[in-house]
Amino acid sequence: MARLSAFVAGLLFGFGLLLAGMADPAKVLAFLDLAGNWDPSLALVMAGAIAVAMLPLTLAGKRSRALLGGAMQLPTRRDLDARLIGGSLLFGVGWGIAGICPGPALTLLLAGHWQALLFVAAMLVGMLIFAALESSRWRCPGGAR
Amino acid sequence: MNVDWINFTPWSSLAGGALIGLAVALFALANGRVAGISGLLGSMLQRGAEGRGEKVLFLLGLLLAPLLWLVFADLPPVRFEGGTLSLVAAGLLVGLGTRYGSGCTSGHGVCGVSRLSPRSLMATLCFMASGFATVFVLRHLLEG
Repeated sequence: MARLSAFVAGLLFGFGLLLAGMADPAKVLAFLDLAGNWDPSLALVMAGAIAVAMLPLTLAGKRSRALLGGAMQLPTRRDLDARLIGGSLLFGVGWGIAGICPGPALTLLLAGHWQALLFVAAMLVGMLIFAALESSRWRCPGGAR
Repeated sequence: MNVDWINFTPWSSLAGGALIGLAVALFALANGRVAGISGLLGSMLQRGAEGRGEKVLFLLGLLLAPLLWLVFADLPPVRFEGGTLSLVAAGLLVGLGTRYGSGCTSGHGVCGVSRLSPRSLMATLCFMASGFATVFVLRHLLEG
């Protein structure tokens, strides 16, 4: 049951990206180009998503168990740190170069574009570099926090 | 500022956003998880991450969405910009940045902002700002 609902959620998410125009890198870049011919559409994607998700997510945050019985695993951290800020700034630079973020990258993967394959491969390498740096940080005593 | 009214798609973007919101709500309420794509993908690269089955199936749904869409309609246009080098650089930055920043447009921008999480509000502000700045530099300063 939990797997079925996860699959349905993933499908809905993908349909949403396609319908919204988020899976078109040129449209995303047109949104990020404030000084050019600005296409405000993506602000409405965020607004639509947040309007629908706000109440259910707030309710989910008050529960200790998910409706299908699993533990509620929503993040609880509230502190702001350099990693959060630096990482997000870096992500924005990559997003601004290609107009692709992780969700649309995956949705485009099987749609038959070599550019999506290349982007996802590079993104996975980036994630692996992070994982490697993290594990060496924990292994080496001087690098631990 | 010059608004591109011709390519502005308010209704399909709102509707697509609402679908994304629905997906996020379902995954949170039924599965108890944040539908953050970079986080889900990152945990696929870790050995022994918990809840693997559910995460794999969410990602599988995301991957198969365009194929199912094709059964009913043509896919919307997909226009890539930039060549091999810029796609690789962008992919590396997105992979590294979202893992350091613990999230991307979905996990922070939709899920976190919906919950008014201070970390997600800050992250969203940061990646939006650097996204706007990057496009400005690439399109108006360098190519000017």
